[in-house]
Amino acid sequence: MQVETRSEQFDRHSIIGRLLTKLHLDIPLLLGLVLISALSYLILYSAGGQDMKILNRQAVRSGIAFILMMVLAHINPYQFKRYSVLLYSIGVFLLIAVLVMGEIGKGAQRWLDLGLFRFQPSEMIKITTPMMVAWYLSIDSLPPKWKQLGGAGLLILMPTLLIAKQPDLGTALLVASSGAAAIFFAGLSWRFISVVVVTLASLTPVLWHFMRDYQRDRVLTFLNPEADPMGRGYHIIQSKIAIGSGGIYGKGWQGSTQAQLDFLPESSTDFIFAVFAEEFGLSGCLTLLVLYVAIISRCLYIAVQAQDTYTRLLAGSLGFTFFVYVFVNIGMVIGILPVVGVPLPLISYGGTSMVTLLAGFGILMSIHTHRKFLPT
Amino acid sequence: MLDFHNHNKTRNTVVGFAVRRKVLLFFMLGAMVLLVARAFDLQVLRKQFLQQQGARRHVGAVEVAAYRGMILDRNGEPLAISSPVESIWVNPQELKNADQKDLRRMERLLGLPDGKIPDLMVPGSNKQFAYVKRRVNPHLADRVAALKLPGVNFEREFKRYYPAGPVSAHLVGFTDIDDTGQEGIELAYDTALKGSPGKKRVIRDGTRRIIGDIEAIKAPVDGEDVQLSIDQRIQYLAFRELQAGFIEHKARSAALIVLNAKTGDVLADVNQPSFNPNTRNNLKGSLYRNRAVTDVFEPGSTIKPFVIAAALDGGYVDPAAKFETHGIYRVGRNVVRDVHNYGTLNLMQVLKKSSNVAASMVALTMPRDYFWGIYHQLGFGNAAGVGFPGEASGSLLDYQNWNDFAQATLSFGYGLNASALQLARAYTALADDGILHSVSLLKRDQDNDAKRIFTAKTARKIRGMLEQVVMRDGTAFEARVDGYRVAGKTGTVKKISAQGGYTEKSYNAVFVGMAPASDPEIIIVVMVDEPSAGSYYGGLVAAPIFSKVMAGTLRLLGIAPDQYDTMPVLLAGHDEHQ
Repeated sequence: MQVETRSEQFDRHSIIGRLLTKLHLDIPLLLGLVLISALSYLILYSAGGQDMKILNRQAVRSGIAFILMMVLAHINPYQFKRYSVLLYSIGVFLLIAVLVMGEIGKGAQRWLDLGLFRFQPSEMIKITTPMMVAWYLSIDSLPPKWKQLGGAGLLILMPTLLIAKQPDLGTALLVASSGAAAIFFAGLSWRFISVVVVTLASLTPVLWHFMRDYQRDRVLTFLNPEADPMGRGYHIIQSKIAIGSGGIYGKGWQGSTQAQLDFLPESSTDFIFAVFAEEFGLSGCLTLLVLYVAIISRCLYIAVQAQDTYTRLLAGSLGFTFFVYVFVNIGMVIGILPVVGVPLPLISYGGTSMVTLLAGFGILMSIHTHRKFLPT
Repeated sequence: MLDFHNHNKTRNTVVGFAVRRKVLLFFMLGAMVLLVARAFDLQVLRKQFLQQQGARRHVGAVEVAAYRGMILDRNGEPLAISSPVESIWVNPQELKNADQKDLRRMERLLGLPDGKIPDLMVPGSNKQFAYVKRRVNPHLADRVAALKLPGVNFEREFKRYYPAGPVSAHLVGFTDIDDTGQEGIELAYDTALKGSPGKKRVIRDGTRRIIGDIEAIKAPVDGEDVQLSIDQRIQYLAFRELQAGFIEHKARSAALIVLNAKTGDVLADVNQPSFNPNTRNNLKGSLYRNRAVTDVFEPGSTIKPFVIAAALDGGYVDPAAKFETHGIYRVGRNVVRDVHNYGTLNLMQVLKKSSNVAASMVALTMPRDYFWGIYHQLGFGNAAGVGFPGEASGSLLDYQNWNDFAQATLSFGYGLNASALQLARAYTALADDGILHSVSLLKRDQDNDAKRIFTAKTARKIRGMLEQVVMRDGTAFEARVDGYRVAGKTGTVKKISAQGGYTEKSYNAVFVGMAPASDPEIIIVVMVDEPSAGSYYGGLVAAPIFSKVMAGTLRLLGIAPDQYDTMPVLLAGHDEHQ
């Protein structure tokens, strides 16, 4: 059978079309990513106190991440499928290693010192878990049977618990939801979903029992931040003030008083949305959300267009994970979710999450640009 | 077929997948709407409240220190000035990034021991504030600032400086670390000197540090300068001479007042022992006392001229009266004694010899209410009213409680007490031809509160008698000043002992005098408390101090001499011309 690979949006005879075909880049996705990265520099300059060092470092990181994305986009999805089990196994092994001998940063064991650089295995597992679950579910025909569901559940639970033990609730949540999304797309019965939702809701007190003190504090603080305004409620109160002060049109670029005057902690990292909201107001927030929704929609479109079960499940899962990133971060900064350590994707200062995210988009682009078409 | 079947199945799952995608998309959009609704809630509905909350956190009002006014002498010389200084503090968290060499350079500039600044950066501590050195001279602070170290901050403060040091310490007083007057003029005129602090709106950061100004709410009103009646040149002179006498006679304390006889302005007010207000460090409170104003003593014989004046003015004694003294005088069951038997004395000799017996005889010729009235009008028993903190009023018993002996002892200065300032003031009535002046520590052009106590004729007559005191055979020849006629009176007063009654061996040596006697411009009171190096007579201890201070004061103020035969230099010139 004769097959060929092409990029559907562009005339394959034009020069640009041929170039993009060669690069395996998805233009709408790329456009969204570039726009958001530009916004990131803008807001980081302001939130980081006009420190060019921060901007330069972020530029280097996103440069590396974009290169990795382009490399991954070149790789045939078949290779991802082939190495899914291996990569997942390495990831879980590293998670165990980090628990045994990891470095402690900010009170949690997350880093593995590899001599040359420090590595966060929980970031890698964000990608390899959906790959593994997608691979596992694609072996047999869909919809999945009970046995498959049980196996997939185990594959998700293992890394999730290892990460939660570090403890890093935010990443655990992201890993779990990426796996859950894969199962959902595989055709989990609606009845089963309702049962799980009800069970989880009724299990909340049990969950509470297993939570660590600082995690319970966060939940309590979320429910009533004013109880301890100078201590545990400080973050969220300062963040709400920042967002509210922005009004509809914002205070203007570099006009954030909460961040510029160091009232808002973590203003360059997890709480950068508050700075954005203070400086660009409700209108800016809407623009940013629209950008995010556009990227998520494109991811889901890619999933629908995917040609086999593995790529479809993987694409859907990666897209959903991106959504969880956005929703959990903004939700926590804006005060409708408890504080968990999830950065605002593509905008927060920090290298590892940027690399992982763009790796995911590289895989999505690979899935979309390596589709095979029967000759017409 | 198999292929087709497979294809069909894939298509089925594609349809199912599309549905799931739509459901998920719907779910996600719902979540986004939730975020937007919340953003709307915060940014539109609760915007005002949250903006206020934000402003409350980073906008604050702070006081702006007003410049404390100067204390000046009558010629505008500063006695107390506030100079701006810088206090240097660091944020140890930021200073950690500084170069070690620069830190050492800063230590050397500020004269700190090596390692003092690195010690401020305690590992593991997240302290944001530590003083490196307070009240540094601005030039030095500029040099430290030029090092441009991270986390080094400067705070403007004012330091009070007293150029005259111990010379005017008692009078001027001092302020505490908060620039509030604690003693002396600094305390008495604190409100005027202080001015009123302003207010400004500032921006604070999350560590409560002030990082910028927004606007001035109220401008600070700088304190007013206070100009004293003091002439700093005379003050220096008086201080030097009093200190020399204080040391020479091994006294417990000493006080001296120089008064302008025509206006009542206090030209000098010095005391011993003294202290340096610039390097004051937990000194005893007794050192701070402005004894000339706050401490009283019995004036002793220095009060006798008033008795004679009162009796002459009231017509109770004849100017030509003579008194048989015998050295002893019985009053009721008590006895008044003189040091020697002076025999028969006229009024002039009563003062020249300082006879207690004759003074008692004169006093007892007067009705009690009249006698008391004169003392009262002269200001005994009432504060001189200069507004100095702790100013003494002295005491004078009401005449209704007197007996003859009390009346007699009052005539030679026992049974009442007064401060050096009060005594000096009373003497204005003799110096200015019978007119008593009010006294002032603030410079003024004229005295609007003068009142006549004696007739001019009587006052002049008494001055003439007091000139005799300073003659070779008087009690205070040591008080003479070349070129000037000096009138004055000694006092050698037995001190009241702690057990009550009078001591036998401790005295106050006092001298009050004025010059030029023909028309006095200056009155000086010298009081030396318990001279214990041998001499204790007012004429031997206090009079020499008076003489030196008076001579210097007359020369400084350019007051014309009124006695040419004791002016060797001028006399020589005079001779040549003849």
